[in-house]
This record gives sequence, structure tokens and C-alpha cells, in this order.
Amino acid sequence: MDLKDLNSMQFDVFRELGNIGAGNAVTALSKLTNLRIDMAVPTVSFLEFNEIAEKVGGADKDIAGILINLSGDIEGMMMYILSTKATRSLVNLMMGSFTTTALNEDIENYSDIELSALKEVGNIISGAYLSSLSALTNLTIITSVPYLSIDMAGAVLSVPAIEFGKISDKALLIDTEFGTSDNSVNGYFVLIPSLDSYGVILKSLGL
Amino acid sequence: MEKIIKVGMADLNVCIAPDAITTLGLGSCVGIVLYDKIKKIGGLAHIMLPDSSKIMNNSNKAKFADTGIDTLINDMKKIGAKEDNLIAKIAGGAQMFEFSSNSDMLRIGIRNVEATKFKLKELGIRIVAEDTGKNYGRTITFYPKTGELHIKSMGKDIIIV
Repeated sequence: MDLKDLNSMQFDVFRELGNIGAGNAVTALSKLTNLRIDMAVPTVSFLEFNEIAEKVGGADKDIAGILINLSGDIEGMMMYILSTKATRSLVNLMMGSFTTTALNEDIENYSDIELSALKEVGNIISGAYLSSLSALTNLTIITSVPYLSIDMAGAVLSVPAIEFGKISDKALLIDTEFGTSDNSVNGYFVLIPSLDSYGVILKSLGL
Repeated sequence: MEKIIKVGMADLNVCIAPDAITTLGLGSCVGIVLYDKIKKIGGLAHIMLPDSSKIMNNSNKAKFADTGIDTLINDMKKIGAKEDNLIAKIAGGAQMFEFSSNSDMLRIGIRNVEATKFKLKELGIRIVAEDTGKNYGRTITFYPKTGELHIKSMGKDIIIV
């Protein structure tokens, strides 16, 4: 199926899938951190690769990206992107009294256990996102272990861009911004299905 | 006044001193700088994939190492650069995630660098500086006026090559 063939109703379907997935993920994150976390209405867009990084604040902005590869009935990637400040506050929340690192401390100063905790957060909330998608569509979605990279947005996002760049100049991006009112924990969920997966998803929903 | 020209992902552009040219957040992609020292003309390509001939959808020339370099040389010639004068500086090709299984994705940075070197060698363009591989992103800015390539990474000092 070609990207150009998607009509506005199908766009709405992807937006709704993003809404349900992110809703579950935000609920999981909220339970985990005991924080009130709000989310925006997801946006669905076909983006050129250089526009993807602009979405999360620019190619040279420092971020933490947790990436999960998807396989099974659909293929693609799920990314969970956090600002550096949010990364630190999330780690501190997860580690409780075990860590005393200040929020403004050097981003690279994470211990192995802190990095592991961060990946686990990614695992839990992506799991919530994807299992709701899986339940809705009745499709089997197999996830990889979470991979973490803390670096410039352009560099981190070059990985999905290259993967999807093999078949297309654009990628379908379902992204949802979330955050607490004081911005201590905020970020994006980004779901990028492969070209072949659009049709599979739509078909599973009878569209 | 001098400006800094921005090059996006899968994109390329040229500039003449005193202007400079930059690309932000190179990950597994490779930034290829070509430089005509005599004419003070610089060109920068931000390539994503090694080889256009192995990909069906290859209309965007700047996406690939092979066609990206060819196009960049052509564009530089159009503004007065001479192919014989050209030297190259390359950066990028990092491995951003520690993938454990998928070997294709694991090696994409390295393969981009290899393809870039292969193409440059084929054309007889000497690589005078290189900062590639490792596991971090790079923002690079090239100044044709001095021939300096500034490489900035998160939490690291600027490298000038």
C-alpha cells in the first residue's frame, strides 16, 4: 500500500490508535511515578526525515531515546523520547532514596543501574502502549528489548530514519506529547510502522 | 555578512567563504565535506545509506554515499570548484544503540563510512581528516575560509580537524 493512498478516515484510525496506545502508556507511567500526567491529542503525519527531529525540538537538542523494535504481524519501531531534564527526574523517581543526583547534573553521569531503570520504564510504558494496540487489532506484536541512547535528537532519530529510508523518503509518525504540569516528566511517544504494516493494521480493523 | 548554511538529513549543499556550512546531529549517517582549498569552496552531504543501487526508491541522490558524492561534486563545480583540487573530511557513522541481534542495523554506521571511503577512493579524492564510528552523535560545521571542520558532541569538547 502506498502512503498517498491513505484517506482522511484512515488517518483518523491511526490517530485513534495512537490515542488509545498513548493513553494506556501514560496511565502506566502515571501509576509508576505517582504523578498526574496529561497527554495531548496524538498527531499523525507523513514526515520527511529531516522534519522528524524538528518535531521533538530540533536535531541538535539533547534527548534520551528508548527504542523498541516491533515484529510479528506488523513491523516497525516504537520510540519513547524524553528531554534530558525529564530523564533525570524520572530516574530519580524510580531510584527513590538510592540516588541523590541533582536535576542539573551532567546528563552522562548515569550509573548502570540508573540506565537499566530508565530502560525498564521504557519497557513498561511501551508494553502498555503496544498491548492495547494488540488487543484492539487482534494482531501479534512482538517487541525487542529496549535500547537506550542519550544524545542529540537528530543522531538518535537517524536510526529509525535509516531503517525506513530504505523503502521510502517519508515515514508515518504517530506521536503523542505527554507531561506533568510542572514539566518534570515530559516527552513523546512515537510509533513508526513499516510501509507494509499500514495495510495490515487497517485490514485487521476491517477497513 | 557571513551566513551558516544548514544541511538536513539526506540533503546536501555548497558554500563559498566566508560562509560556512553545517549539519546537526549526525548519528549513523555520515557527513561528507569536500573542499576546494584554492577557490575556498566547501560542500557538505549528509548521507543516510551506503549504496543507491541496492535500493528501489533511490530518487533522492543526497540519501546515498555514492550518488551523494557525485551530486555534491557537480554542484561544487557549478559554482567554480575544480575536481582536481578537492580534498575530503568525513564525520559520523556512529552506532547509536547497542543492538544485540539485528546485524544489518548494527553495522549501518560502519557500512556508511566504508561506502563513503570507497567512493572517494574511486574518484581519487584524499580524505585528510576523519572522525567516525563510536557511539555518539556529532554536529559538524565547516569553514571554507580556514578549511577547519568543527565537530561538537554532547558533553565533549569541540574537536577541530
